[in-house]
Amino acid sequence: MTRRPRAGRTIAFLLATVWLLVVIAPLYYMVLASFRTQGTYLTENPWVPSGGLSVSSYGTVFAAGLGRYLLNSVILTAVCIVLTVTISLAAAFRIVRRASRAVSVSFAVMLFGLAIPVQAIIVPIYVLIYKMHLYDTLFALILTLSAAAIPVSVLIMVSFVRDIPREMIGAVLVDGGSEWTVFRRLIWPLSKPVLATLSIYNGLNVWNNFLLPLVLTQSTGVAVLPLGLTKLEGLYSVNVPAVMAGVLLSVLPLLILFIAMRRQVMKSLGGILAR
Amino acid sequence: MTRRGARPLAARRGTRLADLAGVGPPMVLFCLFIIVPMIAAVVLSFVTWNGLGTPRWAGGANWAQFFRDPVARTSVLVTAKVVLLSYLVQTPVSMALGLFTAGRQRYRSVYAAIYVLPLLLSTAGIALMWESLLDPNFGALTALSKSWHLGFLQQNWLGNPDLTLYVIVAIIAWQFIPFHTLLYAVGRRQIPDVLYEAARLDGASPAQMFWRVTLPQLRYTIVTSGILMTVGALTYFDIIYIMTDGGPGYTTRVLSLDMYNVAFVQDQYGYASVLAVILSAIGIAVAVGLVRFTGFGAMASQQEGAV
Repeated sequence: MTRRPRAGRTIAFLLATVWLLVVIAPLYYMVLASFRTQGTYLTENPWVPSGGLSVSSYGTVFAAGLGRYLLNSVILTAVCIVLTVTISLAAAFRIVRRASRAVSVSFAVMLFGLAIPVQAIIVPIYVLIYKMHLYDTLFALILTLSAAAIPVSVLIMVSFVRDIPREMIGAVLVDGGSEWTVFRRLIWPLSKPVLATLSIYNGLNVWNNFLLPLVLTQSTGVAVLPLGLTKLEGLYSVNVPAVMAGVLLSVLPLLILFIAMRRQVMKSLGGILAR
Repeated sequence: MTRRGARPLAARRGTRLADLAGVGPPMVLFCLFIIVPMIAAVVLSFVTWNGLGTPRWAGGANWAQFFRDPVARTSVLVTAKVVLLSYLVQTPVSMALGLFTAGRQRYRSVYAAIYVLPLLLSTAGIALMWESLLDPNFGALTALSKSWHLGFLQQNWLGNPDLTLYVIVAIIAWQFIPFHTLLYAVGRRQIPDVLYEAARLDGASPAQMFWRVTLPQLRYTIVTSGILMTVGALTYFDIIYIMTDGGPGYTTRVLSLDMYNVAFVQDQYGYASVLAVILSAIGIAVAVGLVRFTGFGAMASQQEGAV
């Protein structure tokens, strides 16, 4: 009776370890390759840290403008997070209060957006941004990426604000508070954990988005990291260590955040998915 | 307590202002950059336009072109293959890993944390990493094949028309299985322990518990993950654009890539919009179909009733 579950557990452990290797092996390869020079990359075994390692590739990518891409990505992500999180919380508050018909209709329209993939509307978005004279600016990316994040953000915030007891809101109103007081004293402080969650989720999406920067920007001055990496590859197609160093540097900020907030990230990704 | 009509006028005006301030900004942003482009995509599908000059009305010409276009037909087929294969590969692996990481042993949470790592990489980063790893001359797999004498590992992974599509599907799986694993882990943790205890008392075997308790209880997760997987694979673009650009030949040219090329390489905005409309129509149809087919709507209301 006890043998079978134990055998099952061993098999599960082995299979899970195989997947662990599948996840780690390419990452290990990339880290190692980034510490090669162009010469040792070609001559040494890519799986064994032999033949001397060097950090010269990291210098190469910074010389090639990676710092600029990094800065652009940080600005873009930060602005998008603040923008989407604030406006979707405010919207969720009004939607839950169900004050007017217009609000309910707006909510329905925004939910409809969940079904529209950005790929499907990329041509008109490009034309629109071009006509608005925003082509090749970070501002174009801020507006479009925030707009794309609105449906999910509003949906998540609504399902959270809905759980705030009506009696608490009623109490503030009875004490003579306005809707604004309710928002500032009650909704805002209570929502902080969910806001963190949503920021992480939206932040990841914005940080890693590729299609919109590809279509809406052109010059290296406004290139964000994912696009910048492919530009690096264009520049250094034979310098694999430099490209790998670039990829790693682009993950580094997220990795640091992830290690620092591992529990929060795992919980929040899980929390969002559970909805 | 107070109904809308009974509220003092000033308060009602305040509410209306609050509504405008709350819902206005996201609505403006959303309508301008999502709804308007969506309508525009439908309109554009009936005009001929190269981006410069004035658009000319084309009637159904663009739509007729779609049915005559062999590349588009190939793209639809390739897309269907990618979607189907992605679903078949990712679902069982994600479910198994999700159930595994939901277990209580401490080392499993360490595994779970490592499994998440690919989620942090941008698609561009993943594409570049695999591109150099799979390089037939200097790549890591070639090196492995030399030192372990495993000849089959030395392939032209991204240049062999019989192979490349599967390589792409595998890389997409590498990228997205972590996300769906997380989804299944959350789903498993929400199943009450009581159900398993009851099954154990009834003398159920582990296999029976999986089929009779775990799987039915995961319905919600299976549907959510399935929709995200299918719609995600349907609109898949980044990795294919960077790694193969649709090649070799047209073997990995999915519909979204075809649309991108028609629009931004060939400057046929009208015809590209036809492809875009078809792409989103398939996406919505698949999502709605999955919801209907699995009775997701009924389940959602059941859940709501329980809360």
